[in-house]
Amino acid sequence: MNAATTSTPALDALPTVRPDRIPLLLLPVLALAAIPLVGSFSTWVTLTFAGLAMGMIIFIIASGLTLVFGLMDVLNFGHGVFITLGAFLATSVLGRMAGWTESESLARNLLAVLPAMAAAMLVAGGVGLAFERLIIRPVYGQPLKQIMITMGGMIVGVELIKVIWGAQAIPLPLPVAFRGSLLFGEAAVEKYRLVSVVVGLAVFAAMFWVLSRTKLGLLIRAGVQDREMVESLGYRIGRLFIGVFVAGSALAGLGGVMWGLYQQTVTPEMGGQINVLLFIVIIIGGMGSVGGCFIGSLLVGLVANYAGFLAPKVALFSNILLMVIVLMWRPEGLYPVGKR
Amino acid sequence: MILRRLLSGDLPRSRVLALILLAILAGLLLTPFAFPGAKALNVAAKVCVFIVLVSSFDLLLGYTGIVSFAHTMFFGIGAYGVAIALNRMGPTWTAVAVGAGSALLLSLALSLVIGLFSLRVKAMFYAMITLAVATAFQTFASQLSEFTGGEDGLTFKVPELLSPGFSLSEHPFLGVSLDGRLIAFYLLVATTLVLFLLMLRIVNSPFGRVLQAIRENAFRAEALGYRTVVYRTYSNVLSAGFATLAGALLALWLRYNGPDTSLSFEIMIDILLMVVIGGMGTLYGSVVGATLFILVQNYLQDLMKLASEGMAKVPLVRDLLHPDRWLLWLGILFVLSVYRFPTGIVGKLRAKSRAKA
Repeated sequence: MNAATTSTPALDALPTVRPDRIPLLLLPVLALAAIPLVGSFSTWVTLTFAGLAMGMIIFIIASGLTLVFGLMDVLNFGHGVFITLGAFLATSVLGRMAGWTESESLARNLLAVLPAMAAAMLVAGGVGLAFERLIIRPVYGQPLKQIMITMGGMIVGVELIKVIWGAQAIPLPLPVAFRGSLLFGEAAVEKYRLVSVVVGLAVFAAMFWVLSRTKLGLLIRAGVQDREMVESLGYRIGRLFIGVFVAGSALAGLGGVMWGLYQQTVTPEMGGQINVLLFIVIIIGGMGSVGGCFIGSLLVGLVANYAGFLAPKVALFSNILLMVIVLMWRPEGLYPVGKR
Repeated sequence: MILRRLLSGDLPRSRVLALILLAILAGLLLTPFAFPGAKALNVAAKVCVFIVLVSSFDLLLGYTGIVSFAHTMFFGIGAYGVAIALNRMGPTWTAVAVGAGSALLLSLALSLVIGLFSLRVKAMFYAMITLAVATAFQTFASQLSEFTGGEDGLTFKVPELLSPGFSLSEHPFLGVSLDGRLIAFYLLVATTLVLFLLMLRIVNSPFGRVLQAIRENAFRAEALGYRTVVYRTYSNVLSAGFATLAGALLALWLRYNGPDTSLSFEIMIDILLMVVIGGMGTLYGSVVGATLFILVQNYLQDLMKLASEGMAKVPLVRDLLHPDRWLLWLGILFVLSVYRFPTGIVGKLRAKSRAKA
């Protein structure tokens, strides 16, 4: 007892930051509030899973974008091109392995999907490296040019994708084992949505682990908080940034595969269409915060699905409405980061 | 002297540029006579509309340094205003006035609200917010299909004076029949000229100087006593107003309006490319950029088709030169212009003539 009390004064002197848990409550509150509105419990389960699955995919895509912004104040308007790239790579890989995706066995399906994901991440990461060098490097610290140049990069990227894969939509059927849905009592949950939730959680867990338990993650978080301070301590934030950018692009590629499978068709415009959603998510989350981005993505996914069921006309604006409401409550997003 | 006053003292300052501008003006004026056929006339009309639209965007991007992705929203409001009014009230001039007037009011109010709410934030956020608003507006317009015709858009009749059925005289003049289309075309060219000169007047006024000061260094401008938020909002409102008028002109010319002709995000990207390639921060750049872009859009494809057929044996080159890939080359030109010559074609020409002098 004595030992404990003597050691505490030193700790007390440090101001402890209490973790802000209120935004965490948003998700259950929203989900619970939707039950009476939806009416039927089984429909609610289906909708909630659909929303979570969509949110997870959006999170996978948006996490890189928010970190890149947090670290370097670079907002990549061309992020969508990596999504498209990933999805088109998936059509190529899965198209070659049609025998395996059409097979009934889950193992063979997985053996087809995993290489597709790996290929998408690798290529998107590689292209991300080139994108950072060629497109973004020369315009650091010039926001106006950055917006235009990343937009330009996206135009060129989408056109190049059209050169390689053609301008038409390409069907991307789900592997057999992922089709159909599971029945929990009355509620039907599509299998692929379960898969998305699992993958999304895995990515979130991995990211959470890297960011909170490793030195690399510590540096990234510190860099988001105060870049100059980290630099003055002798770390090369530029390299860190490239790493994050490449990882973010690779994750966007992975998200592209998942989104393509979710939609079951792939078009060259799909990345640009998601862009707006991504911006909404990272604004809601507080630009640069991974946790905020996670909550924001799930909120967007849930709201989109509930609204789509309750009032289809409103659903088209539900995301923007959500953003406005969140910003009225917390003008800098759920978890404002650093000095911005 | 008169010319100098007409151009508000902002002369081209480069002989080549002056020649190009004269050529564009002459080309537009002579199109109905020199290049017969509907396509040439339509291209020329589109050039006119986009000169106004791109100049109004330059007012925002080039002169004030604000990136907005909601510019086509105002363009669309103008086009839909005229389209809806003519569709509901019949082909009268009153309808045109009511449509354009109410569209203008809506645009001004909307741009004022967006500006006051969000021009305080950084460029990046403003770009994102306008992108979100513009997307929402696009969905909104296609949802209100009772008014806007949804995805199909609206076709309508224009006042008789401008309709193809109207004829000024029985006898064709220099082989061109003097019908309502011709009148509509020259009305369009004249309006374009007036609006362009008006914008030139605005950017060369003391007010325009303040905008440029804000672009160069907002902090210093604020320190000198100019309320930057207020000036930015003015610039936003003005540019929205001109964009609305451009939209109204487009609808009058096409006698049709739908989401793809005036509201789509592709048009937003096109405008961005036109401004940057032509030259930001000079309205002449918008003229050159818009003309070049639309000529490329309409005629480069023919050239590329030839080249692509010539290269039919080489797989990748053939696909790169495919006529549908014209945007690829303009996109590359755009990226290069942002790096290599941020002042665009006009800036390059002026720098050259300055070096000579």
